[in-house]
Amino acid sequence: MIAYIVRRVLYALPILIGVNLITFALFFVVNTPDDMARMQLGAKRVTPQAIERWKVERGYDKPLLWNSGASGLEQLTDTIFYDKSVRLFVFDFGNADDGRDIAHEILTRMGPSLAIALPVFLVGIAVNITFALMMAFFRASYLDLWGVVVCVAMMSISGLFYIIGGQYLVSKLWHLVPISGFAGGPDALKFVVLPVLIGVVGGIGAGARWYRTIFLEEIGKDYVRTARAKGMRESVVLFRHVLKNGLIPILTGAVVVLPSLFLGSLLMESFFGIPGLGSYTIDAIQAQDFAVVRSMVFLGAVLYIIGLLLTDISYTLVDPRVRLA
Amino acid sequence: MLFQPVILWTDALVFLLLVALAGVVVYVRRHEHLRQPWRRVAHSATGMAGAVVLAFFVLVGVLDSLHYRARAGGDSSRGNVYAVEITSVLDALLRSLKERPEKTYSAPLGYQLYARETVELPDGRQSREYPRLRHGGAHLKAPQDEWRPDVGRRALAGAAIGFVLWVVAATLVSAHIARATGEGIDRAWRALARGELDMPWRAILATLGALLVLVCVAAALAGKYHVLGTSKVGEDVLYQALKSVRIALVIGTLTTLVMLPFAILLGIGAGYFKGWADDIIQYLYTTLNSIPAVLLIAAAVLMMQVYIDTRPQAFPTSVERADLRLLFLCAILGVTSWTGLCRLLRGETLKIRELDYIQAAQAFGVSHLRIITRHILPNVMHIVLIAVVMEFSSLVLAEAVLSYVGVGVDPSMISFGTMINAARLEMARDPMVWWSLASAFGFMFALVLSANLFADAVRDAFDPRVAVIKPFRLRLAALAAAKAPA
Repeated sequence: MIAYIVRRVLYALPILIGVNLITFALFFVVNTPDDMARMQLGAKRVTPQAIERWKVERGYDKPLLWNSGASGLEQLTDTIFYDKSVRLFVFDFGNADDGRDIAHEILTRMGPSLAIALPVFLVGIAVNITFALMMAFFRASYLDLWGVVVCVAMMSISGLFYIIGGQYLVSKLWHLVPISGFAGGPDALKFVVLPVLIGVVGGIGAGARWYRTIFLEEIGKDYVRTARAKGMRESVVLFRHVLKNGLIPILTGAVVVLPSLFLGSLLMESFFGIPGLGSYTIDAIQAQDFAVVRSMVFLGAVLYIIGLLLTDISYTLVDPRVRLA
Repeated sequence: MLFQPVILWTDALVFLLLVALAGVVVYVRRHEHLRQPWRRVAHSATGMAGAVVLAFFVLVGVLDSLHYRARAGGDSSRGNVYAVEITSVLDALLRSLKERPEKTYSAPLGYQLYARETVELPDGRQSREYPRLRHGGAHLKAPQDEWRPDVGRRALAGAAIGFVLWVVAATLVSAHIARATGEGIDRAWRALARGELDMPWRAILATLGALLVLVCVAAALAGKYHVLGTSKVGEDVLYQALKSVRIALVIGTLTTLVMLPFAILLGIGAGYFKGWADDIIQYLYTTLNSIPAVLLIAAAVLMMQVYIDTRPQAFPTSVERADLRLLFLCAILGVTSWTGLCRLLRGETLKIRELDYIQAAQAFGVSHLRIITRHILPNVMHIVLIAVVMEFSSLVLAEAVLSYVGVGVDPSMISFGTMINAARLEMARDPMVWWSLASAFGFMFALVLSANLFADAVRDAFDPRVAVIKPFRLRLAALAAAKAPA
């Protein structure tokens, strides 16, 4: 097991290097730092001195890959590639283009992100499984048929509609919770309820339908028929056999997104004014802060790879037939 | 010439797509084994209902893709002078909507502006009241009394025209069935109305009827009113919504067009050749996959923006610039979305290449290329088709989100995303400005729902693993039908 994990971590390295190269190419080769400076400072009437100053302030004035002006190892390390990209590997994110420390921002913003993303994830899975089991229990009836129809209709509604509609209904018409904002401690509850509710409702359509097919596939298997032939009640068959086996693909499918929960939800956080990583990313995109976007790309890739690793491990935990080799 | 045709990049690709589609239709019609699953699609009631609505949207989109420059003046001796502005056939058809701007917001079918203004009364005093609209309901003399009967009359007239058109369509369909079965037209109609035919004509005609009535009512009212109200700058919301349809369709279809070659080539290549080719391709798609899609798109679009902003001379008109940005958005969406299909194709190819008939072909010395194109590709095409139709609706939804984040289509382009983005802040107003949001969401819902229904029908018909589960009563009916003597 340990050997397997070590090997997988080693496999992850070339992928991270690849991600790093892609972002480096996107941010520094396709468009030179000069272009970025001109964009940030406004395209017209910008003096070469201003561009130069902008680059020096942010450390973009060095050569891209190879510094022929330096000596020894400095030829490699005194470059933009080393400064901005290689350092990401030790999670040294440096400063944002507005001068603030990115690592500090990420740490403080992780909490609010998790406060929304984790309940949405957990409650969402529970609700989806409930609905899916109900449809599977009443399968091939009109309840099932209309359940699927409602799921397809809910899938077809834009996520933005759930957010805007929810805010309008719950906050503006009913005045139950504040429209947006965030606070620490016990006060957080009233800010968190609505985003979580909306996140869960928005996910029911696709989630419940997908889980329903998983359960139906499981119901068609031989061991279920055997259980029924032994005279078990349908509810026992469903809850004791089908649910347990159906959970395998559901849980392993869910584990992969687990680490990415740290990144939060872009839309939800920006609509509800939650100071998490999602809104941080959106703000960075809109302010065209390349340093932050670069860091978030790298962080996202790391979390995704951790998710893949967790998926493989969780397979062995829930399904003893799977062996890691 | 009265106009000078202009073919934008996305137009060219849309036409290419249409030509390819026509080619596929001709090819499928000639091959019975390909017609079989499509016939199953055609026999799905929900699928065909979705297809009818989709066809309407595609018609709007294609009309909006025929771009041209109108003649501005000039005489034959010095050659024609064309307008700088690029318009589409849809613009020309909707000219009455486009060229009747109001001052600012107005409610659907309204005759007054949304906001009060100070107006001077004839006797010199001033008062705050809702001013009349410049165009919407301008023909009414005493709007308080006339408005309701006028709207009702026009809507009824529109519905009547829609109904007449529907009756014509229904008669044509019945006549077609009667000719095919050799029975009377009245019996054909009765069978149709009872839903006894293989082809779900009842569902098709019901959808068509609803669509025709809606379109005709809207058209009848659009002459004198703003059916869905006006936006902040006074633009007709119905016009905006119809213009958005093309963007949604372009993003939904061209993105898959961009990604298909990558996914098919690399997926089949990895599964067929295995070894180091497989390793490299797997590495490629794991790497791309591990970057969160929104961030990769955001990064790429930001870079695109820098590229465009630093080279303004390369894009003569704003329409062309917006169009190129749209194309680029499709490309980048394609790059982020090919990985899933590629993985599926790799897995399926791994399975197929071990089958006996491939081994036999290899033993006979058939070349790799020929094995892939003749023996493997046709056997994975159903996966490609299902992925393409399933992907469409999620891409349409993604456009709105991306435009909201600020990395979607060009802000000057009217799309569902930019419409929602512009109207979002007006929620806080009192009374609420709801019509822009409602129209954008409504049109999007209709488009995505019909696409989803059609996609489900296609998946059910082509995916061999999908067990068809029908409600119990329907199954009984099917059983009875099967037992009854033919």
